[in-house]
Amino acid sequence: MPSNIFEAFSDPQLGRRLLAHLRELVGDEPMLMMEVCGTHTVAVSRAGLRSLIRPLELRSGPGCPVCVTDDSDLAAVVRLAKTERVTVATYGDMLRVPSSAGSLAEARAAGADVRVVYSALEGLKLAQQRREREVVLVAVGFETTAPGAALAARRAVERGVSNFSMVSLHKLIPPALQALLSPGRAALRGLLLPGHVSTVIGSRAFEFLSREFALPAAVAGFEPLDILGALITLVRAAKAGHPAVYNCYRRAVRPQGNPRARALLEEVFRPAPARWRGLGVVPDSGLVLREEYSAVDAARRFGIVPEESMPAPGCRCGEVLLGRIIPPECPLFGNGCTPGAPRGPCMVSSEGSCQAYYRYERGGELVGRRG
Amino acid sequence: MCLAVPVQVARIQGSTGWVRTAAGEVRVDLTLVPQVRVGDWVLVHAGFALQVLDEEEARRSLEEWRRAVEHL
Ligand code: SF4
Repeated sequence: MPSNIFEAFSDPQLGRRLLAHLRELVGDEPMLMMEVCGTHTVAVSRAGLRSLIRPLELRSGPGCPVCVTDDSDLAAVVRLAKTERVTVATYGDMLRVPSSAGSLAEARAAGADVRVVYSALEGLKLAQQRREREVVLVAVGFETTAPGAALAARRAVERGVSNFSMVSLHKLIPPALQALLSPGRAALRGLLLPGHVSTVIGSRAFEFLSREFALPAAVAGFEPLDILGALITLVRAAKAGHPAVYNCYRRAVRPQGNPRARALLEEVFRPAPARWRGLGVVPDSGLVLREEYSAVDAARRFGIVPEESMPAPGCRCGEVLLGRIIPPECPLFGNGCTPGAPRGPCMVSSEGSCQAYYRYERGGELVGRRG
Repeated sequence: MCLAVPVQVARIQGSTGWVRTAAGEVRVDLTLVPQVRVGDWVLVHAGFALQVLDEEEARRSLEEWRRAVEHL
């Protein structure tokens, strides 16, 4: 007997029955769907679901924040880290991502002060403890991470922490999906939507998917039952021709999201064009600090001008992020690019598809397909 | 960067809370969930509680999925 109702979502028995039902629904009709979020990518791969649901094929999308950070932005940050008196604070996965100016880890090894923080508020605290340094938070993440950074910006301004600033590389999921689908939605029959992004922006924010692209989409949680339940919903909707946004994560996601978090985002940031690895510049898909918060805007304080992007030679991360290829189709996968010696961000990040495939999907079939 | 597993709030002090995890109590910021009470289950992401989980809706989802596989 689970000690709380939420543990029931990992019940293996119900999971097996849902899987059987899903397979029954799919039958022998090949269908292509996409899991947008990196946390789903890992959950799906770890559970070994991809091979169990065929001919339903689930491809990863642009939902790994570290992976979609463009080379030009990353290189600018690495250069900033080498500036005198600057301390760069960022999330762990960012450290080893290679850029045309090297990685933050390399900069650190060469003497730069680079710190890993778990939350934006930790970055602020660091600035309060080390008043003699310029502490710059390199803030990557989607709608889930941005409210925390907004709060840190607000507190820094309220408390006059003048040695704190941030580079906002935050990105927004709906405009990215719009850009991904606009050239034609290809063979996609359904989208598995990110659960945590949706807790903030709400399931309503995705209604354009059914309206503009006639695509069924399901907001899903991260337990195997959540994913299977959402896939069942998607396959049913795809077969019946019922495009809509289905909220399959109702214990956490409300149609309007989290109003407090949305208000905070709105207060501190405004949407602006952003450069995505794979997608290029997407209008209104990034968040920059509003004028009222320019005091904590590192882009202004340090006059950061992103240069041309020069992604790692041979790395096909951009195509992986668009679902155009699966990681084993990259010639470097496991063959010059591994989690121990990554060539691109999709292998560095714990939410990256290349790392997820490397860790969990190298059973016969996938490796065999590379020939 | 997500703690995809729900955690239970053990203590609250202003906008700071402590949640129970396998590794002991962990401090989280509760600013984004003003309605939260001790004993609630929350989703945490990068140090912030993003949402209070709804037990009633959890029960309903499980019920729905059980019904979907009744015929098997
Ligand atoms: S396997 Fe490595 S080189 Fe190839 S796309 Fe993935 S990260 Fe890039």
